[in-house]
Amino acid sequence: MKIYGVAILAACFLVGHLLGDLLGKYFNLNGNLGGVGFAMLLLILVNDYFKKKNILVAETENGILFWSTMYIPVVVAMSATQNVKVALSGGLVALFVGVFATFACFLFVPLVSKFASKRGAENNSK
Amino acid sequence: MNDFIKILDKNGLVFAFLVVGVIMYVSYFVSRKVTNSKIPGAAIAISVGLIIAYFGGEKGVASVPAFSGMALLGGSMLRDFSIVSTALGASFTEIKKTGFIGLFSLVFGTVIAFFIGGSIAYFMGYTDAKSFATIGAGACTFIVGPVTGAAIGASSEVIAISIAIGVIKSVIVTISTPFLAKRLGIDNPQSAMIFGGIVGSTSGVSAGLAATDVKLVPYGALTATFHTAMGCLICPSILYFIVQFILK
Repeated sequence: MKIYGVAILAACFLVGHLLGDLLGKYFNLNGNLGGVGFAMLLLILVNDYFKKKNILVAETENGILFWSTMYIPVVVAMSATQNVKVALSGGLVALFVGVFATFACFLFVPLVSKFASKRGAENNSK
Repeated sequence: MNDFIKILDKNGLVFAFLVVGVIMYVSYFVSRKVTNSKIPGAAIAISVGLIIAYFGGEKGVASVPAFSGMALLGGSMLRDFSIVSTALGASFTEIKKTGFIGLFSLVFGTVIAFFIGGSIAYFMGYTDAKSFATIGAGACTFIVGPVTGAAIGASSEVIAISIAIGVIKSVIVTISTPFLAKRLGIDNPQSAMIFGGIVGSTSGVSAGLAATDVKLVPYGALTATFHTAMGCLICPSILYFIVQFILK
């Protein structure tokens, strides 16, 4: 049943958030440190485990897949509920920093990628 | 008319499904027919979202009573839930391969954004350490900015600017990723993870990658979510201390 998949997803989500919250408390921040990241790792691990044991039925998987197809619609709703007016009127500083810092980050992506594949090639040849 | 709005408001989430569904349909139609699929439907849909948010208030379009459900559909709970679900397509062996380099790009990306963002602010008149750090943190993601600002006690004006920077960043990333992906070499899981780690901005990275190649979303989103965590961890602490030391 699809709900099994949704339930697995929910369990990973909640455990991940709990971990993130505990980590946030540990570092004295009011935030959730990487809860989503933990949840994703957990889902990947659970999925790998179930696949190996051959107990993940396609119908169960569909319950999770439904939510991943809802991702873009949810992001659309999210962007529709941002405070865009403030983002635009927050002054030139916001615009300059936003634009320059972002493109600077972009520029470093191919560099690190190259570095990574070089390292990977070296590791493989060893 | 009033009764009608009341019904929409009361069933906000359901109405939000309808609204987003219509936006998606129109956007994908425009993408296919008008731009010949050159501009991805997802990018158009998200831009439409931002445009209609402009006509709303503090909570974007959700400030308008009938559209209150949009805040629930686009809120952190369902957003995180659907982000996590995209991990189903990721394979653990790929992630292991990127282990060290993923961590490296996380730290690297946070430090780069922080100091470039902070420096620009410095030269535009925000010369105190707290503003430098908060605005620099905002250049990571729109969550890191306010978390850092609140942690070190920056002014609310600076915090608002840091949120704005994060939003602008996520918009730029969302819209430009599909166009730049090829040039930046983002076509495999490893480069997607590096991209997510360096650029951060979970919403921007995953939306941008979704419009580029859906299969890459979980890899980019995985490191991008850790980018926010990394930012919240080191911006108000180590990086702030360094800034304090330099600006003294």
